[in-house]
Amino acid sequence: MALSITDACINCWACADVCPNRAIHADDPVFVIEPEKCTECMAEFPEAQCAAICPVECAIVDELGAALNPPGSLCGIPAEKLRVSMEAV
Amino acid sequence: MDLPVLSGAASFGNARAAGSCGAASGALSHLPESVRARVQDHPCYSEEAHHHFARMHVAVAPACNIQCNYCNRKYDCANESRPGVASELLTPAQAVRKALAVAAAIPQMAVLGIAGPGDPLANPERTFETFRLLSEKAPDIKLCVSTNGLNLPEYVDKIARHNIGHVTITINCLDPEIGMRIYPWIFWRNRRVRGREAAAILIEQQQRGLEMLAERDILVKVNSVMIPGVNDEHLKEVSRAVKAKGAFLHNVMPLIADAGHGTYYGIVGQRGPTTAELQALQDACAGDMAMMRHCRQCRADAVGLLGEDRGAEFALDRLDAMLTDYDAAMSRRKETRTAIIRQMEAGRESKRALGVPTAETGTLPAVVVGQESACRPLVAANCRPVRMAVATTGQGLINQHFGHAREFLVYEASPAGVRFIGHRKSDLYCAGTEQCGEEDGEGRSAASTLERTIAALSGCEVLLCAKIGYEPWSRLEAAGIQPNGEHAMEVIEDAVLAVYREMALAGELDPVRQKYA
Repeated sequence: MALSITDACINCWACADVCPNRAIHADDPVFVIEPEKCTECMAEFPEAQCAAICPVECAIVDELGAALNPPGSLCGIPAEKLRVSMEAV
Repeated sequence: MDLPVLSGAASFGNARAAGSCGAASGALSHLPESVRARVQDHPCYSEEAHHHFARMHVAVAPACNIQCNYCNRKYDCANESRPGVASELLTPAQAVRKALAVAAAIPQMAVLGIAGPGDPLANPERTFETFRLLSEKAPDIKLCVSTNGLNLPEYVDKIARHNIGHVTITINCLDPEIGMRIYPWIFWRNRRVRGREAAAILIEQQQRGLEMLAERDILVKVNSVMIPGVNDEHLKEVSRAVKAKGAFLHNVMPLIADAGHGTYYGIVGQRGPTTAELQALQDACAGDMAMMRHCRQCRADAVGLLGEDRGAEFALDRLDAMLTDYDAAMSRRKETRTAIIRQMEAGRESKRALGVPTAETGTLPAVVVGQESACRPLVAANCRPVRMAVATTGQGLINQHFGHAREFLVYEASPAGVRFIGHRKSDLYCAGTEQCGEEDGEGRSAASTLERTIAALSGCEVLLCAKIGYEPWSRLEAAGIQPNGEHAMEVIEDAVLAVYREMALAGELDPVRQKYA
């Protein structure tokens, strides 16, 4: 049972600093969670710490690939507006 | 008789100066001499110093513990100059190597700040290790830190122990109802907290941190982002409150919002303030405390004088070729600092010689007008004020070619004197169009840079520069902005005064002819 990090990661270190199990390290191209050390914070905290501080949506996922911070959950930008804006960039 | 010069930082030491004559200058005049001495070489705190001294930010603090609606950490663009952005993240050891190289190459270097790209106090180990290493190797460099305030109370004592004399806190509100429209979430005590509760916690921590710093005699500047329709009116109250708690300077900055930055405000179409709105709010807040108007909202890895960014010259892979004699560099900095302070004092002397009122006590002239009787206007009291744009590379002189200027300082001359009121970027914070080699979304090309510069200078009637080409000269003139290259290499305030006097003599300042009612 472990969480993992997707390409949405911006390498900001926030998760590595707050992980109670020191399970996260910098890597190329993005940070990595060592599955054998990750407990999903089940015993330690009510929320997985990496997911509770991560500033980008969809960067932390569970074993099924489901985002702990799904689209729209952090930035509050309506999905449609975000899509239009990203296409314009 | 001459006009007094209402200049910001040169005005410490005369308590009478504060607030009278409605002088909304960048005055730090309510401050004691001891504070003046502590900021005289800090470009971010002293309007006068920013012409002469350089600073650098080192990007050692990537993590953040809150989300602001004006920030998106995902993007880095080399053309973009705004807070929260950095190209190259450094370890503390790399940061110190870079700082030493910069301080050897730029002897005006006086300050090292940590401002992100996240929140320095959300990265306490990297932040304090950087300060510790640098103060061992270059003890003459002042240290400062900029924070959102959430973790501030926890680290105030550590800040004091590391001899960090200056702290900037970004405070956008005192009211959680307003805060919840600015901050969608914070990370607090091991959970992500949202909404009103998040804003209330953040506000309480900021205010407590401010009080604790003031108790320890650490200088605090407060930054606020002006967000029209969200906190613009409220910032007047913020200004009063933070001054009462001991902040010595308030810096109201305009919201930077662009959909291309991917920020919440950018995408939902929240607009930033106009120049006029920003200046009106700065003037309203200035009644309560010293306002800062020379802030450039620089990147988390900016290097050089304010308004310039030489960060690219000091990228990590170039540092090895720069290793040098650090002790020699430190003594060069000392000489440079002494020379600059002497030059700044000479500048004040020349203002005194011009008949500018000076402080009755203390060693420094109070170049801010103290009282009605001290105003001594040369021009008739009903002359209208005139705004003038200045092209300068620093040192307080008119010393830049119009075409090379990426920004202009704006001064206002009036019967009450001359005051610095802000800066205008000639091509906004993103120089994109030329350097990216493509048109922006509105089809503007490099050829229209001049038009955009002229638009940015709206409200100014005179443009003072070292030199200017024929083509821009005629275009500026046609737009009602008189170019003037006659005062090249002169002290800015002196030249602004001289031009204002000429305009008065020519009858151009008749109030009925006011162009911008």
